[in-house]
Amino acid sequence: MLEIKNLQAAVDGKQILKGVNLTINAGEVHAIMGPNGSGKSTLSYVLSGRDGYEITEGDILYKGESIVEQSPDERAASGMFLAFQYPLEIPGVPTMTFLRTALNAQRRARGEKELDAVKFLKLVRGKAKELQIKEEMLKRPLNVGFSGGEKKRNEVLQMSLFEPTLAILDETDSGLDIDALKIVSDGVNMLRSPERAMLVITHYQRLLDYIVPDQVHVLADGQIVRSGGKELAKELEDSGYGAIVPNAA
Amino acid sequence: MGAVRETVDQVSSVASDKYKYGFVTDIETELAPKGLNEDIIRFISAKKEEPEWMLEWRLKAYRRWLEMDEPKWAMVNYPDIDFQDAYYYAAPKSNQERPKSLDEVDPELLKTYEKLGIPLSEQKMLAGVAVDAVFDSVSVATTFKAKLEEAGVIFCPISEALKSHPDLVKKYLGTVVPYSDNFYATLNSAVFSDGSFVYIPEGVRCPMELSTYFRINQAQTGQFERTLIIADKGSYVSYLEGCTAPMRDENQLHAAVVELVALEDAEIKYSTVQNWYPGDENGVGGIYNFVTKRGDCRERNAKISWTQVETGSAVTWKYPSCILRGDNTTGEFYSIAIANNYQQADTGTKMIHLGKNTSSRIISKGISAGKAQNTYRGLVSMHTKSKGARNYTQCDSLLIGDECGAHTVPYIESKNPSAIVEHEATTSKISEDQLFYCQQRGIDEEEAVALIVNGFCREVLQQLPMEFAVEAQKLVGISLEGSVG
Repeated sequence: MLEIKNLQAAVDGKQILKGVNLTINAGEVHAIMGPNGSGKSTLSYVLSGRDGYEITEGDILYKGESIVEQSPDERAASGMFLAFQYPLEIPGVPTMTFLRTALNAQRRARGEKELDAVKFLKLVRGKAKELQIKEEMLKRPLNVGFSGGEKKRNEVLQMSLFEPTLAILDETDSGLDIDALKIVSDGVNMLRSPERAMLVITHYQRLLDYIVPDQVHVLADGQIVRSGGKELAKELEDSGYGAIVPNAA
Repeated sequence: MGAVRETVDQVSSVASDKYKYGFVTDIETELAPKGLNEDIIRFISAKKEEPEWMLEWRLKAYRRWLEMDEPKWAMVNYPDIDFQDAYYYAAPKSNQERPKSLDEVDPELLKTYEKLGIPLSEQKMLAGVAVDAVFDSVSVATTFKAKLEEAGVIFCPISEALKSHPDLVKKYLGTVVPYSDNFYATLNSAVFSDGSFVYIPEGVRCPMELSTYFRINQAQTGQFERTLIIADKGSYVSYLEGCTAPMRDENQLHAAVVELVALEDAEIKYSTVQNWYPGDENGVGGIYNFVTKRGDCRERNAKISWTQVETGSAVTWKYPSCILRGDNTTGEFYSIAIANNYQQADTGTKMIHLGKNTSSRIISKGISAGKAQNTYRGLVSMHTKSKGARNYTQCDSLLIGDECGAHTVPYIESKNPSAIVEHEATTSKISEDQLFYCQQRGIDEEEAVALIVNGFCREVLQQLPMEFAVEAQKLVGISLEGSVG
């Protein structure tokens, strides 16, 4: 599904990623852990094509094709989804309007028919119900005045609505209390499927108690320094990054 | 939602020709000689077969105008206008005898309005909107007249009203915007050629939306229309105004006057979607839009509400205002002003509180992009007798890019200690984070800007009648085309 080859990337001329290699197959959940400043968020932005994140070397293959020349909206339409650490607010745009605009933009880009208001409403109501999201939330402007938990649940709702084939979760646990963390994790787990790959980026092991990964990678100073099974996360939790990563704080 | 989708369709359909109303209709036109003098004014008045008092009023205005100076206080820059180098009267020749029905209107003219998306033939009309179409200097067609007459509503060109209802015109013309009001209004008083006249009789709720579409076609002409709307006691009317012009590399002057009179318990809702040609992306050409609009809540409990979506014109100078004369009267001003490329807009409102317990509400949304300058200028004035008066003002500015400017100049005068005036203002930018978030969800950059800006303007867009709200949403997207990236 996703093949990252010797990926090197710079922001404002500063080299952040220094040769990342990673392969994720459909149906797998991989976790990327690492200390602050190791390049975790940069990796998620480079994968989703954000402006200002320049690839200096290497390639990203998604479904077998290089996507480095594609715009973020093209990548989204072909099934890539990034759940943001800090979801953005858009005042005056009801969440429902945003969701429908986005879903139909993706469908258009794929040459599919747009959903009319009735079909869309039915679809989104069903998804919201599964995630215990009240319809009232969907009428409010996107993320405006939402609690941390509501914002993250809204991200999971979008993931469930767009049905991506590759979902990248950037520090999804940040800003969540334990109850909210459980609800969000349950939502993510519901979306695990043999057709879908997931990349979970996190600083703490605790998220991985809820979203159990198939593989864990440690990113340090722009490179993957160690990979292993889910027990690697536990090991990190016990010994800290210092034992694995030289110079880690 | 659908509207945003339409915005994008619209944007792509005009990609090669950013201003889709920029065509010229090839039609034989009768012009008065170029320039401005008393003979030209006599010529216009004679063409319109006006009563003697009207000519005298025009001449009085002209003589006054000669002694006046152009206002220079607005935050706009444009070269001096040579008032002698323009035509003050242009009329489609085929229209010399004003047509009695739509069948008699020149088919070229009807085609023009169809191109603009305004079908004039009544069976094709959106149910519930009556249209008066003003082409260059004259009104060419008014629809649904019969149905309106049944309700006692008078909706006709002002030139016709001067013949059919001279007493009503004489009673109200110039009572809100006097002939000596300001440089452009005084010029308008001297040379206005046509415009709409509306009278809603006592207790009547106008059975449909009334609408005027203004079109400048002829080169080197100014357009000076004058609109007068009177809502008699307990009546209600909603009036819409739209405007477009061909793309030309010269600047053309549009100096209109709108007067509204609301008597006891009456309500007037006046909506404008202003889309005059804004000039090209280098700031060449475009309309100078110097307009005086004022409403008088003359008796108690009257209400006047202005809603404007200003996307066009090279330079805009416009302050739709309310005089809250009667006790318990209400004035509202909802505005979206978009300035892109080299456009300059200096717009806002005046709320003059004279009566007791008068209230006013001002919601202004200014959007600047490219190298544009956008100024909100407003006055809230609480006079000595305005006991218990209230005002709430909210001015929000949105910046796109880093070469444009947003300015807010609110004036507040309070001569009554019981008056309450509230003012809130914000300035924000569309952030790169917001754009990336939208893009990550599959919405491309241009659609994302349209979505965010429509969200920013939502409170004002909601005030527009339905047919106009959709058009306005589209316009917001088109006007900002090319403002990012």
